[in-house]
Amino acid sequence: MGEEVKLIGSIQSLFSFRIEWALKLKGVEYEYIKEDVRNKSPLIFKYNPVHKKVPVLVHGGKPLPESLVILEYIDETWKDCPLLPEDPYERAMARFWAKYCDEKIWQAYMAEGEEKEKAMGPALESLAFLEKEIKGKKFFGGEKIGFLDLAVGWIPHWLNVLEEVGSMKLLDAEKFPSLHEWAENFIQIPPVKECIPPREELVSYFHSALIYLRSLSANKP
Amino acid sequence: MGEEVKLFRTWSSRFALRIVWALEIKGIEYEAVFEDLSNKSALLLQYNPVHKKVPILVHNGRPVAESFVILEYIDETWKQTPLLPEDPYERAMARFWAKFGDDKVLTSVWNVFIKQGKEQEEALVAATENLKFLEEEMKGKKFFGGDRIGYVDLALGFLANLISIFEEIIGLKIVDEEKFPSLYSWMQDFAEAPIIRGNWPPRDKMIVKFQSPS
Repeated sequence: MGEEVKLIGSIQSLFSFRIEWALKLKGVEYEYIKEDVRNKSPLIFKYNPVHKKVPVLVHGGKPLPESLVILEYIDETWKDCPLLPEDPYERAMARFWAKYCDEKIWQAYMAEGEEKEKAMGPALESLAFLEKEIKGKKFFGGEKIGFLDLAVGWIPHWLNVLEEVGSMKLLDAEKFPSLHEWAENFIQIPPVKECIPPREELVSYFHSALIYLRSLSANKP
Repeated sequence: MGEEVKLFRTWSSRFALRIVWALEIKGIEYEAVFEDLSNKSALLLQYNPVHKKVPILVHNGRPVAESFVILEYIDETWKQTPLLPEDPYERAMARFWAKFGDDKVLTSVWNVFIKQGKEQEEALVAATENLKFLEEEMKGKKFFGGDRIGYVDLALGFLANLISIFEEIIGLKIVDEEKFPSLYSWMQDFAEAPIIRGNWPPRDKMIVKFQSPS
């Protein structure tokens, strides 16, 4: 294919990591361009004028934002090590749960007080589903890592940080033993282990992000 | 093929409408099950325990929920009249714009509709910004999908109907023909396409629905 692949990402963006893992798993060579989301460079505005966020994949000069969209693109472009299953129904399930987990756990992290109580329900529900799904399997993709593993792959390292910053407990090892075991396995795989960011940096970032996000949310309808 | 296809929908759900259009475009026979969301059926709760919403596609007894997930499932299962383009980059961009439609455009247009005074003015500015992106995307094309209706058209299609209803109720122009010539023209072309025209929810019923505070 020979075309240049760049990934504009940030250590602060847990969504960026999904893309790195996917590229590494598929053995795709890429150049990583580091962004600081608190001080965005002109590149972000150029390559993602709509959302002005990371990650953005740039392949042969063509930019692509939105991490789950990028994951599907990567899967369709580099056929080694397929991420999504072949069967349309199973693909649908992987997509459904990836979207759901993204939305619900994030909402729980952002919520406060009474809203938090309400948000915990769906967040725990998504973990319960994942627990059921992972039973008897090493990864969501089976023997090998798949789409849903990458989509929820932020859980092992980041959820713990979000729990601390967001004052909530979600991934209880007693309540979710299989999921907990998956999390331990997931962080060990080489592409993931290679790029785990230091915990203290994440805590500090998410703390300030939370304050900012909550203020934005207060202005929404 | 002896397949059983059911679609759980309501008369007005724009998300369910996407699925109706997709099934009709592909000529797939299906049974429509109309739900009353104030009195959800046991089947709906069984098939979509997570969100308890429509649309739900049930294919040979297996349920799929979330309209974009359903659209992709339909496209992968019934290969005639493809909704998504073949090229991976164009497919990715189609998914991107569909998501943008729901996340940003719909929200900002809704805000123009429900807010008043200064807040409405600000909402209109935000909506205009978002619509500009779509206008740009639409230039030189009849539909977002090119010559024929595709995934993004289905995703954004409700705009072609809902916006004029909102405009009528609040007496404010959201998609100005002069400011958004390509988008405006698309709205007319989309609404006129036979499959689409045959499936809009009744306009007067929609006006009543959106006029009443809820």
